[in-house]
Amino acid sequence: MNCGVVVFPGSNCDHDCFHILKHVFKLHTEWIWHKGDMDLSRFDLVVLPGGYSYGDYLRPGAIAQFSTVMKEVVRFAESGGRVLGICNGFQVLVEAKLLPGALIQNNTQKFICKTVPVRVENTSTSFTGECADESVLNIPIAHHQGSYFIDPDGLSQLEENRQVLFRYCGPAGEVTDEFNPNGSVGNIAGIINKGGNVMGLMPHPERCADPAWSNLDGQLIFKSIINSLQSGVSA
Amino acid sequence: MIIRPEMLAKIHITFKNGVLDPQGKAVHHALKDLGYNEVSEIQMGKYLEVRLEGVSRQEAEPRVKEMCEKLFANTVIESYRFTLDSVE
Amino acid sequence: MKSSTSTDITPDMVRQHGMTLEEFRRIQDLLGRVPNVTELGIFSVMWSEHCSYKSSRYYLKKLPTEGPRVLQGPGENAGVVDIGDGMAVVFKIESHNHPSFIEPRQGAATGVGGILRDIFTMGARPIALMNSLRFGAPDHPRTRFLVNGVVDGISNYGNCTGVPTVGGEIYFDPCYNGNILVNVFCLGLVPSDKIFLGNASGVGNPVIYFGSKTGRDGIHGASMASSEFDESSEEKRPTVQVGDPFAEKLLIEACLELMNEDWVVGIQDMGAAGLTCSTFEMAGRGGTGIDLELSKVPMREEGMTPYDILLSESQERMLVVVHKGMEEEALTLFHKWDLDAAIVGEVTDKPVVRIFENGNPVVNLPVELVVDGALDLKRPTKKPGYLKNVDHVNLKLVSDLALGGETLKKLLATPNIANKHWVYEQYDHMVRLNTLGLPGSDAAVLRVKGTKKALALSVDCNSRYCYLDPFHGAQIAVAECVRNITCSGGEPIGLTNCLNFGNPEKPEIMWQFEQAVSGMGAACKFFDIPVVSGNVSLYNETTGEAIYPTPTVAVVGLLEDRSYHTTQWFKEDGDCIGLIGDTMEELGGSEYLSVLCERVEGKPPHLDLPLARSVNELCLGLIKDGLIASAHDCSEGGLGVALAESCMSHPQAPRGAVMDVESTIRNDACLFGESQSRILVSFSAENRMAVEEKAKALGAPFEVIGKVGGDSLVVNVNGEEFINEEVSHLKKLWMGALESYVR
Repeated sequence: MNCGVVVFPGSNCDHDCFHILKHVFKLHTEWIWHKGDMDLSRFDLVVLPGGYSYGDYLRPGAIAQFSTVMKEVVRFAESGGRVLGICNGFQVLVEAKLLPGALIQNNTQKFICKTVPVRVENTSTSFTGECADESVLNIPIAHHQGSYFIDPDGLSQLEENRQVLFRYCGPAGEVTDEFNPNGSVGNIAGIINKGGNVMGLMPHPERCADPAWSNLDGQLIFKSIINSLQSGVSA
Repeated sequence: MIIRPEMLAKIHITFKNGVLDPQGKAVHHALKDLGYNEVSEIQMGKYLEVRLEGVSRQEAEPRVKEMCEKLFANTVIESYRFTLDSVE
Repeated sequence: MKSSTSTDITPDMVRQHGMTLEEFRRIQDLLGRVPNVTELGIFSVMWSEHCSYKSSRYYLKKLPTEGPRVLQGPGENAGVVDIGDGMAVVFKIESHNHPSFIEPRQGAATGVGGILRDIFTMGARPIALMNSLRFGAPDHPRTRFLVNGVVDGISNYGNCTGVPTVGGEIYFDPCYNGNILVNVFCLGLVPSDKIFLGNASGVGNPVIYFGSKTGRDGIHGASMASSEFDESSEEKRPTVQVGDPFAEKLLIEACLELMNEDWVVGIQDMGAAGLTCSTFEMAGRGGTGIDLELSKVPMREEGMTPYDILLSESQERMLVVVHKGMEEEALTLFHKWDLDAAIVGEVTDKPVVRIFENGNPVVNLPVELVVDGALDLKRPTKKPGYLKNVDHVNLKLVSDLALGGETLKKLLATPNIANKHWVYEQYDHMVRLNTLGLPGSDAAVLRVKGTKKALALSVDCNSRYCYLDPFHGAQIAVAECVRNITCSGGEPIGLTNCLNFGNPEKPEIMWQFEQAVSGMGAACKFFDIPVVSGNVSLYNETTGEAIYPTPTVAVVGLLEDRSYHTTQWFKEDGDCIGLIGDTMEELGGSEYLSVLCERVEGKPPHLDLPLARSVNELCLGLIKDGLIASAHDCSEGGLGVALAESCMSHPQAPRGAVMDVESTIRNDACLFGESQSRILVSFSAENRMAVEEKAKALGAPFEVIGKVGGDSLVVNVNGEEFINEEVSHLKKLWMGALESYVR
């Protein structure tokens, strides 16, 4: 299985994603530089990592969506390739319209870095297959513009299609305002596209996937992707 | 001598109605604390000035609109408006 | 030399440049002519306190700087210490006090930018930031604005560059009302055979400028940091530089990629005094000269004069000398990272810097005169009069406590002791996947990928102690940092300092400085820790009011095995709680006496260095033998606060404890006094014998004083209940207090 980690100018979780894929899961992993001609068809998984692509200037992801590599990522996604966008990667995916909605400033107006519980909402996808139904994962968030927004029509479509994969919740899975760290609509922390092959989330699964820590909840997401690809189940 | 017409686009971008604007809300709150009770709403946004060279107003208008929709504003959450002035 | 700016230099101009007429005469004598205005500007920044260390250099020689692990001591961009496995750590702490007071967000942000550049300039990948912040009284009208601005600035810059901010300290005291302190520490990791230095050697080698363009920002920042504030300082905003963390991130990646090749001769960032400082210093270290052509410098504004270009402090800029023939490759690499870059000069053999503008000479100065020409000032010292008034505390005037619960709650809610999560949750403290444990512990601990090792980092200074006794206060700062490292399972390998003081032209301030440096030097020698880098910030004084002497120290420790990493919180009900060290009747300078009783007086607690060593030896021995489950240093707030913290700070499951303390001293001193060299540990009942035997064998004072368990912290002194508080209630107070002051 071949993994690619995209490097935009300003990406800063690229090394972390690379480390987890290559050194923890022992997968063949390559860097994908943002400019120049490239063919992504050799990859099974393309990861858009966290960070501040193009300094987050204008809006996070606004400039990155027009980089050369994103044209290829769109083509790759359209042909069914697995795309995982984490944090800034999620922001790029919504700006590029590969995922619906938008990510705006946290309602706290502050950057938030801490481990928060999220509830898994749909375990029948290729990004969550290893998670137990309605299980609660503890995953770090680290963002300033992570408040998910979508209009009511868009929201009801997401819900209808079961595209919401993760919601911020309390330690026992309570999805309430009290446990919404950034003001996201419906406590949404991560979503998938209709086709089931593009997933974006604000929490950082790569930050709880290395055995150096006791919390390994993030591994479930990577294992889900790997198992679905290795068992040949199409998305 | 060739005269190159120059246009100046002044672009305002604000959140659409219904999208929470935390900064606007915070500023509003602060103003209330300062006693400006007459303030009923605040919209915070971005302001850009774009100089365009060698285009007429008619040519500039659709180009600027395109720039706004493509890059400057995220139309999922933001709306934009702009004016065009010719520059000497 | 004929000048393109042929203005005559008047005494007024000399003064405006922050120089004395005596210094100007010295320049004339040594140069053999009158400098032109541009040259005067160069001298003014290079001979400023900030760049020349003219007031402090004499005393800094008292610090030990050598050791078997030291690969690079003071004098370079940062110090380098070997950690084995072919790797070394590069670290330094630096102040950005004056700019942060004027514009907190940008001042703090550019402080982070500057220290990051000092680290990656040497070839190291920055992997950790820490900061030591000091603000005025929480209720001072500017404090809230300054705290929010500084934290936001650090958060925005550090987070964007992808370097985690893993720890630090924040103090509030009225002595910082007019001068806040923003000290930023950075540590990087480098292969020990791939260290780059800031020297220009090899005649004919090209000098390349790269990074952001030069504008008129921050002209004379270095001389601003070398004078006191007055009422007009608030108007100085235009000289504050604006940081671009995105450009910095590109610089980091471009530099590290460049250094993978064998092209670089020497490299230095442009910090204070900008292009001037890097040009002269690189030539100085290389024993060479440099010819510079200013028209080649990438510029952001039109009409900039040589004076502007040379003294600009625009951020995110570097100067590199590469081997001749490699310039095109280097330029291509910089352009790949979307950075501006241009060849601006070359290395020459005569130790003179010649600067041209479109081929016309504008500066011609001998390197040594500019770099080392400032006179070492052995400024007069005088013991300050205030010490007579504060060196004794009459405890008869402070009635002892019959019950301690309320006092404990008040202490936990003081901004100095309150939990700092409101701050560190605004910093990305996890990126790069090395941080083992949350900030707020005794020391930050980072694993070293690819090895079994880990690093422990701690920054500390109790400036109240230093005000009461600068010699012992500075010693205590070193000892406390070492103890923090020990509690986390590490052994100290190197130290960096940031010496923040008032106006050195006052003999009383110079006395504080001399005492603090002497004390620090003695403690470093005792613990055998080399001082490998540092920074001096003087003139922290507004309208004649100086800050407390604040010699901040940061110590780097090494854990040979990351499994030694120990945390401060209690783990299991039924575990025994023990105290290593002695508790004496000492309240001088304590948080309890100063904040709750409003008496800043007395002698700081006694520091017995050999005792400190044996306490640390015992603690580390117990950790290495796997005998203890937690270790926590007793510092501000004493044993009472340390106990509460060990109960509260478990991220998921706080625990209670029942303590039975035997005491022959006052109750308040027993629980809230700040006797030094004490560590609170916990261990399972089955390890108790082994722990006690080890303590006996090492001759360190040790006592079992309680047990983990229940929902409350109960402390009985001589059989009488002194504290009985629910831990969840204490935790709520402790977690929420800081936000209520600063939000």
